[in-house]
Amino acid sequence: MLPRPFSIYKADPLTGELVLLIEIKGRGTALLAGSSPADKIELLGPLGSGFPTPPAGSLLVAGGAGIAPLVFLASSTEVPQTLLYCARTAGLFACPRRDLDMPGLSIVEATDDGSRGEKGTAAAVLSRRIEGAGAVFACGPRPMLAAVKEICRQAGVKAWLSLEERMACGIGACVGCVVATTGGYKRVCRDGPVFPAEEVILK
Amino acid sequence: MSEQGQPLEVSLAVDLCGIKLDNPILAASGPFGYGHEYRELTGFKDLGGIIVKGVSLEPWEGNPPPRVAETASGMLNAVGLQNPGLKSFLEDHLPSLRGAGPRLLVNLVGCTVEEYAGVAAGLEGAEGIDGLELNISCPNVKAGGIAFGTDPQATGRVVSAVRQETKLPLLVKLSPNVTDIGAIARAAEEAGADGISLINTISGMIIDTAQKKPLLGNAFGGLSGPAIMPVALKMVWQVAEAVKIPVLGMGGIVSAGDTLQFIMAGARAVALGTGLFYEPDLPSQLKAGLLEYMDKEGLRTLSEIEGVARGPKKF
Ligand SMILES: Cc1cc2nc3c(=O)[nH]c(=O)nc-3n(C[C@H](O)[C@H](O)[C@H](O)COP(=O)(O)OP(=O)(O)OC[C@H]3O[C@@H](n4cnc5c(N)ncnc54)[C@H](O)[C@@H]3O)c2cc1C
Ligand SMILES: Cc1cc2nc3c(=O)[nH]c(=O)nc-3n(C[C@H](O)[C@H](O)[C@H](O)COP(=O)(O)O)c2cc1C
Ligand code: FES
Repeated sequence: MLPRPFSIYKADPLTGELVLLIEIKGRGTALLAGSSPADKIELLGPLGSGFPTPPAGSLLVAGGAGIAPLVFLASSTEVPQTLLYCARTAGLFACPRRDLDMPGLSIVEATDDGSRGEKGTAAAVLSRRIEGAGAVFACGPRPMLAAVKEICRQAGVKAWLSLEERMACGIGACVGCVVATTGGYKRVCRDGPVFPAEEVILK
Repeated sequence: MSEQGQPLEVSLAVDLCGIKLDNPILAASGPFGYGHEYRELTGFKDLGGIIVKGVSLEPWEGNPPPRVAETASGMLNAVGLQNPGLKSFLEDHLPSLRGAGPRLLVNLVGCTVEEYAGVAAGLEGAEGIDGLELNISCPNVKAGGIAFGTDPQATGRVVSAVRQETKLPLLVKLSPNVTDIGAIARAAEEAGADGISLINTISGMIIDTAQKKPLLGNAFGGLSGPAIMPVALKMVWQVAEAVKIPVLGMGGIVSAGDTLQFIMAGARAVALGTGLFYEPDLPSQLKAGLLEYMDKEGLRTLSEIEGVARGPKKF
């Protein structure tokens, strides 16, 4: 079985604890979810290049399971920032509220159907707040990232996007996981998964 | 009994058409890229050889993503032979691979006979290359896009042209997407190949039912991994029957037992592709498993069991 790519959700260098936030999608994630404490799993990482440290006043935009790397990012700084935690509907908020209790971090929740938090898509919620944002950091489904990119371009705000692509080696050898960029195809696993928004071509 | 006479020590070393390998385990062309990333991760010490990713005369952009997809016991890929071209290979990749340990083979790709010959000519004399592997599964542009490797005559033409440009040991890598693999192998041998390597991926596809369209950007891709091993093994057997030159076997190998099956079918050495994705440390596991088997069976070299499953050699 091929390895599965996941973001780092929490990592504590003192205790050596690494936490992943995994949404059960298919066979691999179901196997991981069904594993018990004595089971051995193989882990390769950390791989690729992540988000830069956010400046004060940044907006972190999470779509569904895209929350994972943004929680890790938020924990890297104490400057004021706002997390826009968006999902289609109320049942899809996987991240426990206590994990978001961090110095400097304010939280806005939103759902497409209004069943929790503000009503509106991630794009709509971001549009309402983009004025004067320090920078934008986003992770979520491709269409959401394409919308984030466009909103930030129009507002002249620097944005960083964390992309997903199907992977094989995970280390940059096989060129299986590429995304089209202004500089040709780049490897999501090695050159990314985080790219400056203006660099990637999202269809 | 080995052809070179019985060495005193147990040894995994094999001679693959003049390329002296410390052990019979190579990295297959493609999955390993140009080796830099795996070198960082696991080092090269357990590999007998490395076959670097296909090199063409000019850079190739490759196919649009998605390029890979997992399937039952394997995967599909449609990377489309993305590569930086001959000049960049010589300047940016070859220098750091020189003297890295394992023998270095370069996989050649092209769309015309002239392009293939051009890459071979460009590599001739470059220090640090131990052999060439000619990938004839590429589309033959002049013959309307049919792969060179699906027609014995086209195979003969491209192999002869490359043969004229190189003194290096020349392996020809066959596509399994043919009716008579023995005929293609013989055509390659007659045109001057020193060895045959096989199999490349088996043509296939996967449909994304949510999107109601093919999942891969290129629609079609090549199947690899354990799913293809029985097919690969049979073809290695058939080719070993058809030619006198050595065979490099690959297709779905993930264990020492798989490796032994290929050797017993007639392979001199084996290459790992998809198995490295499952387990980057696979070469060291295979080496240990082979040594354990040799010890148990009282073998000194693997040549003692090469092709043994096919019975006494016919020539
Ligand atoms: C950089 C990166 C970070 C990620 N971080 C997280 C995370 O923190 N939490 C989380 O729940 N999910 C994350 N994902 C998505 C996660 O990798 C997939 O949901 C998972 O691989 C699905 O595996 P499966 O066996 O359950 O599903 P299947 O559909 O059975 O998987 C089949 C194959 O498709 C691949 N695949 C399926 N969906 C995706 C996808 N969206 N992206 C990449 N490959 C996919 C699988 O890896 C596998 O090879 C991330 C993906 C990437 C690329
Ligand atoms: C991602 C990927 C890229 C590949 N690229 C090449 C290539 O550039 N040239 C080539 O001759 N074969 C290429 N192959 C085929 C492999 O070298 C090998 O023949 C095939 O995958 C079967 O072996 P396996 O089942 O161990 O992977 C590629 C295979 C994969 C999975
Ligand atoms: S998965 Fe192999 S290069 Fe990214």
